[in-house]
Amino acid sequence: MGAQPAPEAPTTGRVVLDARDITRALTRISHEILERNKGAADLVLLGIPRRGVPLAHRIAERITSVEGHDVPVGSLDITMYRDDLRMKPARALLPTQIPAGGIDGKVVVLVDDVLFSGRTIRAALDALNDLGRPTAVRLAVLVDRGHRELPIRADFVGKNLPTSLVERVRVTLEGIDDTDAVTIQGTGSDA
Amino acid sequence: MKRHLLSAADLTRDDAELVLATAQEMRSLADRPIKKLPALRGRTVVNLFFEDSTRTRISFEAAAKRLSADVINFAAKGSSVSKGESLKDTALTLEAMGADAVVVRHPASGAPHRLAHSGWVRSSVVNAGDGTHEHPTQALLDAFTLWQHLGQGTRSGLDGRRVAIVGDVLHSRVARSNALLLQTLGVQVTLVAPPTLLPVGVESWGVETSFDLDAVIPQVDAVMMLRVQAERMNGGFFPTAREYSRRYGLDGRRMATLPDHTIVMHPGPMVRGMEITAEVADSTRSVIVEQVTNGVAVRMAVLYLLLSGMDVEGETAP
Repeated sequence: MGAQPAPEAPTTGRVVLDARDITRALTRISHEILERNKGAADLVLLGIPRRGVPLAHRIAERITSVEGHDVPVGSLDITMYRDDLRMKPARALLPTQIPAGGIDGKVVVLVDDVLFSGRTIRAALDALNDLGRPTAVRLAVLVDRGHRELPIRADFVGKNLPTSLVERVRVTLEGIDDTDAVTIQGTGSDA
Repeated sequence: MKRHLLSAADLTRDDAELVLATAQEMRSLADRPIKKLPALRGRTVVNLFFEDSTRTRISFEAAAKRLSADVINFAAKGSSVSKGESLKDTALTLEAMGADAVVVRHPASGAPHRLAHSGWVRSSVVNAGDGTHEHPTQALLDAFTLWQHLGQGTRSGLDGRRVAIVGDVLHSRVARSNALLLQTLGVQVTLVAPPTLLPVGVESWGVETSFDLDAVIPQVDAVMMLRVQAERMNGGFFPTAREYSRRYGLDGRRMATLPDHTIVMHPGPMVRGMEITAEVADSTRSVIVEQVTNGVAVRMAVLYLLLSGMDVEGETAP
């Protein structure tokens, strides 16, 4: 999750994924999740706010349309579990909604927009630990931009995006923003 | 937010809404198997109570523990040293123990302010009730309870709502903090009390006042009843308890004249039969028990917001 729910920044920068690319990537991820899990049994999708949540809902819709029954979807706020809480001003909390069935004995798929340092995911794993004991935890991300600082990897990736540390990857999604797009900002490559 | 929470007037509308939204998330913790968050691990919260308290102290203690902070309870009652000195000595002790936050209740109005601004301690100071002055976390939990019942989810949820605060306004720190905070949140506040129990200068609070409870209650969205603080009274403020109760108490007959959605609140402790009858206190309109539950969530929100960014004090936010 970004430091702030970035206000409407100028949409300059290079578009890496447009709306249709995102749709295709999410469809593929949905099928990969089903393939890996051998069906939708015991699946729980948890989006990490803010932009992981609409992604989790979209993946759930696709799984439902393939398998014919609903998959529980929720959200998992990791703010209180961040390792930099003491170093940054207090942040507003975002909603955590765990589906009614809980996560005990389920296969939890964490969904986030960008995988970067891996620290968000570490915090999410800690948060899950306080909520129950899933049989397995998997990670689905729309974009993997590299530069991991922890031994964490994604199981399902929409797009691997090699970036430099000075670049910013920005994901916008309908429902939170106006359009679906992934853009890279910073460096000299701006048009 | 500022570093200390001394007065409800310290909170801007944005601050207050941030506390309410944070409390909303903290509230959902009660439904989880592990009711603990790691946010304040390694922080020390000292409860410094110079005055009796049941729910406020327990509530702060529960809030700090649920955020994984270490809690030290410091009951300073019975100290024979004069007030200024004893507060200073205590403060120096706390500083030596390395407290990150001091939750202070004191019979003298302004004691938390002194503690925060004297340079004795570096920790955040939270006012948990000072004399007849303020009790900001009570106002926040009352606002949170109102927000849940009357303005759920919407940012401007409480705009234009009407709340009557009834009873011993003169001796009530809860009334002052509530009047300040609720107005910040866009609520129209009416204070209802006998003329002897309205403080001097109440005109400057920006609230309406009334001496007639029956005329006010049919128009309000919430009624907040206050305890008559006999222990702070050194004169005759009303002829008899019976007369007070007849004119300013909330009984079944008055409750029947309230609009259907109106809730009844009381900061506690209640004196049943005086300002509120048992019939009203135990009715379905009463949210008094809920206020106590919400107290923990709101105090967690306050401690989290005051303490989590402390190490960056003075630096520019990213």
